Amino acid sequence: MKDEVASRKERAENLKGMGCSRKRVEDARFTQGKGNYVDDLKLDGMLFGDFVRSPYAHARITRIDTAAALEVPGVLAVLTAKDLEPLGLHWMPTLAGDKQMVLADGKVLFQGQEVAFVVAEDRYAAADGIEAVEVEYEELPVLVDPFEALTSDVVLREDTVDANGNPVDGAHGPRKHHNHIFTWEAGDKDPTAEVLANAEVVAEETMYYHRTHPCPLETCGCVASMDKVNGKLTLWGTFQAPHAIRTVVSLISGIEEHNIRVISPDIGGGFGNKVGAYPGYVCSVVASIVTGKPVKWIEDRMDNLMTTAFARDYWMKGRISATKDGKITGLHCHVTADHGGFDACADPTKFPAGFMNICTGSYDIPTAYLQVDGAYTNKAPGGVSYRCSFRVTEAVYFIERMIEVLAIELNMDAAELRRINFIKKEQFPYQAALGWEYDSGDYHTAWEKALKAVDYDGLRAEQAQRVEDFKAGKTRKLMGVGLSFFTEIVGAGPVKNCDILGLGMFDSCEIRIHPTGSAIARLGTISQGQGHATTFAQILASEIGLPADSITIEEGDTDTAPYGLGTYGSRSTPVAGAATAMAGRKIRAKAQMIAAYLMEVHDDDVEFDVDRFVVKGAPEKFKTMKEIAFAAYNQAIPGIEPGLEAVSYYDPPNMTYPFGAYVCVMDIDVDTGVTDIRRFYALDDCGTRINPMIIEGQVHGGLTEALAVALGQEIAYDDMGNVKTGTLMDFFLPTAWEVPNYETDYTVTPSPHHPIGAKGVGESPHVGGVPCFSNAVHDAFRAFGLRHTNMPHDHWRIWKTANELGLHG
Amino acid sequence: MIPAAFEYYRPKDMAAVLSILEEHGDEARVMAGGHSLIPMMKLRMADVQHLIDLQDVDGLSGIEIGADAIRIGAMVTQAAIIDHPDLAQTAPILREAALQIADPQVRYMGTVGGNVANGDPGNDMPGLMQCLDAAFTVVGPDGEREIAARDFYEAAYMTAREDQEVLTAISIPLPKGGYAYEKQKRKIGDYATAAAAVQIVKDGAACASASIAMTNLSDTPVYCEAAGAALAGTSVDNAALSAAVAAMLDDIDPTEDNRGPVAFKKHVAGVILRRAITRAWSRA
Ligand SMILES: Cc1cc2nc3c(=O)[nH]c(=O)nc-3n(C[C@H](O)[C@H](O)[C@H](O)COP(=O)(O)OP(=O)(O)OC[C@H]3O[C@@H](n4cnc5c(N)ncnc54)[C@H](O)[C@@H]3O)c2cc1C
Repeated sequence: MKDEVASRKERAENLKGMGCSRKRVEDARFTQGKGNYVDDLKLDGMLFGDFVRSPYAHARITRIDTAAALEVPGVLAVLTAKDLEPLGLHWMPTLAGDKQMVLADGKVLFQGQEVAFVVAEDRYAAADGIEAVEVEYEELPVLVDPFEALTSDVVLREDTVDANGNPVDGAHGPRKHHNHIFTWEAGDKDPTAEVLANAEVVAEETMYYHRTHPCPLETCGCVASMDKVNGKLTLWGTFQAPHAIRTVVSLISGIEEHNIRVISPDIGGGFGNKVGAYPGYVCSVVASIVTGKPVKWIEDRMDNLMTTAFARDYWMKGRISATKDGKITGLHCHVTADHGGFDACADPTKFPAGFMNICTGSYDIPTAYLQVDGAYTNKAPGGVSYRCSFRVTEAVYFIERMIEVLAIELNMDAAELRRINFIKKEQFPYQAALGWEYDSGDYHTAWEKALKAVDYDGLRAEQAQRVEDFKAGKTRKLMGVGLSFFTEIVGAGPVKNCDILGLGMFDSCEIRIHPTGSAIARLGTISQGQGHATTFAQILASEIGLPADSITIEEGDTDTAPYGLGTYGSRSTPVAGAATAMAGRKIRAKAQMIAAYLMEVHDDDVEFDVDRFVVKGAPEKFKTMKEIAFAAYNQAIPGIEPGLEAVSYYDPPNMTYPFGAYVCVMDIDVDTGVTDIRRFYALDDCGTRINPMIIEGQVHGGLTEALAVALGQEIAYDDMGNVKTGTLMDFFLPTAWEVPNYETDYTVTPSPHHPIGAKGVGESPHVGGVPCFSNAVHDAFRAFGLRHTNMPHDHWRIWKTANELGLHG
Repeated sequence: MIPAAFEYYRPKDMAAVLSILEEHGDEARVMAGGHSLIPMMKLRMADVQHLIDLQDVDGLSGIEIGADAIRIGAMVTQAAIIDHPDLAQTAPILREAALQIADPQVRYMGTVGGNVANGDPGNDMPGLMQCLDAAFTVVGPDGEREIAARDFYEAAYMTAREDQEVLTAISIPLPKGGYAYEKQKRKIGDYATAAAAVQIVKDGAACASASIAMTNLSDTPVYCEAAGAALAGTSVDNAALSAAVAAMLDDIDPTEDNRGPVAFKKHVAGVILRRAITRAWSRA
């Protein structure tokens, strides 16, 4: 028996299945510079297209003259809105139900907007052509502040008003004003008002979650190639959702979907920036149709930062009520959402403010109400989920700041306040006041583990001493202990309420087992650095008993992969990972029948054992999966079709709800505003852990982007709508130098509805990290009376806080 | 981010450089490491039709340490400054400052000559050279001349060097006493929010002399003679520090940018200078 157990363990290890820190199979090519990104693609006769962009944030275009540009050697064509209009392609639908100009149609609404598309033999000629296009602008009043936009007489979008100048309905209902996009509500308005009115304690705060940008290392781009002979369009690009792009291209171009092949090659990071459709894609397709040649378009860094999808830009006003001893009774949240010139958010269609209604966080808050108003301004469009599920960073930042403010109001320790209000383990599945049903959680266990790991009481004692020393003039450094406890909502999502442009947000996996016992599996998702080729093979290895090393994972080619909605919002593992397990189980079910036939027993008399089927009670009688695979191809088995393949389309019954507990210890130089992160502890519970090493890597990356956003990363505009942070000199992208050491930890609370209990982890560290860094800054100044100050906490803003608190003497 | 077309030259000697400059006038420019110039060309903010690469020109990359002075060729890279063992002994402030410039990749390409010739108020070496009272050797159609670093900078990107002159070397009197280069920046690869170069000579318990220059706090580097004078003869106590800071604040004229508003920059300039003096004094 002992031998058998040992050998079972050994066999399981050989599979490198779930739980194994298998090295990433992708890294062999990435670390050798052998990746294949869209800009690596070179096709015969390929042309290069690039944009003339608006220098103004709001202007009417009175003239475009392309004659001089067409004289530039190597320039072949210049497209303007006039050229696209006959094709109906001068505007395109956005994922948020709005529409967006492909090329400026009479006016521009943000700096950097696409005005004309110059097509040339190479990118040098295109750049010269851009210089030579003459555009005359008539400047219009600029609105960069959403509150001003919502009261201004200036009409940003002429399609938002009728002939009499009255606002017409938008995609999500009536408009309150011509620059208003939508109102979205969740929860109970009147009961919440009543709870707040009668509460013992109410804390109120207004916070601005600044505009920032996902800034993937690889910018957005594509190559479009229209084969005029067979009528097929191939489109390679940086697409986080290749199938959705195929469908959108078909719908707007009229090309039948079977004639469109979309391919996402290796992608150098997405973080939400590469979910939507951009004018560059449409123009490249049109240019390829016009010229009959492949056309490449690649953004440079400034284009990327200034024009393709930004993130955040939420003005959030909160009121939270509690009893005197700290039990939260109600929460009210109002958001003014700045969407820029077009509503090009990438959210499930029915959720114009994403899952902002997860803003009751990890707490048992009986009554709550949320209202979000979207506004147009003269800024770039977007509003994507930058390393988070839809608007979840905003929601978690909001509640984790509100908790801190309430703790101040109650004069209570913020860790204790959280402890009092966490949803209890036995309350799951938990129905939250704003609509979601949390599938599982064990918050108290995670919290106690985290506080113990960092010696929370010791930190508080040290901090108290530091405050005394500061007051006594012995030090100029303050110490902050940042706390955050987050609950994510990922894995969009159930088709009953989640769709994008009518496409249900299921996902898929198709498996083919080869005769010699290796396999290929294709999914509807697409890795952008998450390591899908590694982890999905591990899921399958455990499910079907073939080694992960013998399983190829392929994604991103719509001609071969089954339909899926792509990778963002931590949905790959919750949705496509589930499809993978389910497809694997179909393989296993057929394998069981084959095994039973081969061993001449009844189907029910064999059972799966790691990498084989054994006859129950007689483990020496078995058929390995490898043998079964061969049999599937070389024997005529009565009643069973040859081959061993399966496909699964998985419609998840619910979202998954990963959670975590983070602590940051920070020292702040009061005189210069310089911060130093002494310690960062991150406990993540993402349910079943498929590959601990990849989880750790994801946590490091997400925390680093959280640090960036909290401490300096922003897209800032001046009053004229000029982008002030258009290069990496001013847009903060941390390097190894700025990044502290991260300590990672975990608990495991499997998702009860997911086939393997996994929840998703890629975005959790970002969601939980931002409030943790921010709370550390706030906490350092709590003893001196700070309640709230807006991110990003860069040097001068921290200095300003210290200055306003009178700490500079 | 693609530059306009340009003609590329890679001459082997200075005579050839000068003749190309003469032929094309202000349409021609020399390039050293290219790490200030190429970004400007890519942004099409610099229009250079004839680009003269100095990489192959002989005699521009030596470091000589003499009895009274150090002579650094214009094409010496910032990385070479950091790696030079004798330089770290004789003029350690050079190394301390160079380590705070940009990042290793930039420092392998960026040269000392390009850094001081550029005239960008954000560059760290100009202030450093003013602190050290360096002199720049330039050669042009009318021969060679020397310009003191303290007289070199006129306004942002405007220097005493004529368009047809090329900087060949920098000579620095052997520095004496304690030193410090203190710089606050937002991140690696960033120009200074405020930076201070300080060199202090101690005589017994008192400061014999001090030289102070500030970076990125005006449209040129700022040599603060009065701030240095405020330290001379004192024990560099708190009162002397305050006097030096006050004198420095009179000399600088920062402008608001993404690093912060003027009040913040002035405050930080004061803090940075205080720290630089304190550190230099502790090493004097
Ligand atoms: C990301 C980044 C961060 C940076 N951060 C910093 C920083 O923190 N601090 C800092 O000081 N610098 C910084 N720099 C600038 C860097 O140090 C540059 O390399 C340096 O300023 C210029 O040196 P270069 O050799 O590259 O000159 P180039 O770019 O080749 O030339 C710059 C200018 O000087 C002229 N020039 C060059 N050599 C001569 C010569 N011998 N005679 C006459 N004219 C000449 C050129 O014509 C040109 O106008 C940074 C650069 C980058 C790209």
